[in-house]
Amino acid sequence: MRLTLKVWRQKNKSDKGGFETYQLNNVDTHASFLEMMDVLNEQLVNENKIPVAFDHDCREGICGACSMVINGRPHGPLKGTTTCQLHMRHFHDGETVTIEPFRANAFPVLKDLVVDRSSFERIQQAGGYISVGTGSAPEANNIPVNKVDAEKAFDSAACIGCGACVAACKNGSAMLFVGAKVSQYALLPQGHPERNERVLNMVAVMDEEGFGGCTNTGACEAECPKEISVANIMRLNREYISAKLSVEKE
Amino acid sequence: MSLTGLFLISFLLVHCSINALMFLNDDGLLFNEAAHFMASNILIRTVEIFLFLFLIIHILQSVAITRQNMKARTISYAGSSATATSKWYSRSMGILGALILVFLVIHLKDFFIPSRFTDRLGFDSNGTPDMYSEVKMAFENPAYAMIYILSMIVLAYHLLHGFQSAFRSLGIYHKKYTPVIEFLGTAFSIVVPAVFAAMPIFFLLKK
Ligand code: HEM
Ligand code: SF4
Ligand code: FES
Repeated sequence: MRLTLKVWRQKNKSDKGGFETYQLNNVDTHASFLEMMDVLNEQLVNENKIPVAFDHDCREGICGACSMVINGRPHGPLKGTTTCQLHMRHFHDGETVTIEPFRANAFPVLKDLVVDRSSFERIQQAGGYISVGTGSAPEANNIPVNKVDAEKAFDSAACIGCGACVAACKNGSAMLFVGAKVSQYALLPQGHPERNERVLNMVAVMDEEGFGGCTNTGACEAECPKEISVANIMRLNREYISAKLSVEKE
Repeated sequence: MSLTGLFLISFLLVHCSINALMFLNDDGLLFNEAAHFMASNILIRTVEIFLFLFLIIHILQSVAITRQNMKARTISYAGSSATATSKWYSRSMGILGALILVFLVIHLKDFFIPSRFTDRLGFDSNGTPDMYSEVKMAFENPAYAMIYILSMIVLAYHLLHGFQSAFRSLGIYHKKYTPVIEFLGTAFSIVVPAVFAAMPIFFLLKK
């Protein structure tokens, strides 16, 4: 399969950057998108050019590193998959594929397709945890959790922190990510003691980092590789309003 | 944003119900009476102050939100496919809202101000201020009727997203009830602007 690639190249954070066009003449339809990028980079190295920088790690859809916007879609056109799980058979011979970094001011481009997502980590550090040592796995039925809540919490916890929701959102809003992180604890008894501080602190950092606000367009849910539901955003709103109304400052 | 939006929605329902009286075959007598009641009752006048206040808050919030969100992403994608994942009107609330504002200015200038602050209105056969004829006269002008109808289409799209979005912003989401809210929202967004838009059509056809 032959492909024309339009790839965003940017030397560093302050470089303006722009698109470069490359030809690949022999792309294997069984290759994953990242393997195709590897082939491109080999070709560039052979031509004595600088390879394209892109993030990747697990290559099996669990780490969330492989941030790329393919033909305008974070993680490409396939529903519920990461870039590393996307295969070249979903493209056709002779196609021009546009590859860009995630775009959001809270995710500055570091080089080519690599963006700085440490803003997500700072949100997590503000409350995305339970601050007691949990030790080894406790006896399963010590703390009763009903099945519906357990399943919802599990679905929220499936978020891999990839940032595609931010990349997809016209407002660069992180509310699907934060909603998932807040929900996974709000739904379980272990999360309840720190429930109010958690949501207030995480939202405060989210705003400080320059993410936009949610206007319910639903683009995040459509692009999320883990198909996290926008119900998590509504739960975030609910948790936030209830914390605002119940927490009293000393 | 959501609270002010929902208040404006409740206002639309009242406004629309009263306007529907124009379709009665009584040369607007009942409509004039209702309009006069709304313009003179002290309770309604008090709520009206809140209406303007909420409208202004809604606009200020919308400017703040739209500006903040535009700042959060200043570079857009070359290969854009936003249409695949969200509705155009959900992404265009700022523009739709601004168009509604333009309409509101025209609308207040032509109907609200004359009825409230001038003695331009005549009187109907019951001796009530004749708002009906004022409206009729305005809508017999096809250009004016056209602006009005187009504005109602804009309003419909603003509501189509806004109605259900307001509930989501308030954190209301439920597997069983959210589809009901969405259905009511869609019905409201079509029926209410359609009743408003039916007035110019009604007067144009009658002429
Ligand atoms: C009768 C008039 C109006 C009604 C019934 C109405 C209703 C609503 C509702 C229910 C929302 C959703 C709120 C939320 O999701 O939290 C909304 C959002 C919004 N409104 Fe209005 N509105 C009206 C007029 C206006 C005007 C005059 C403007 C601007 C000048 C405006 C600008 C906006 C904007 C920018 C949003 C956006 C939030 C988003 O992007 O989702 N609206 N409106
Ligand atoms: S919510 Fe989905 S898109 Fe957003 S960070 Fe989590 S897994 Fe990625
Ligand atoms: S490389 Fe880990 S999810 Fe794609």
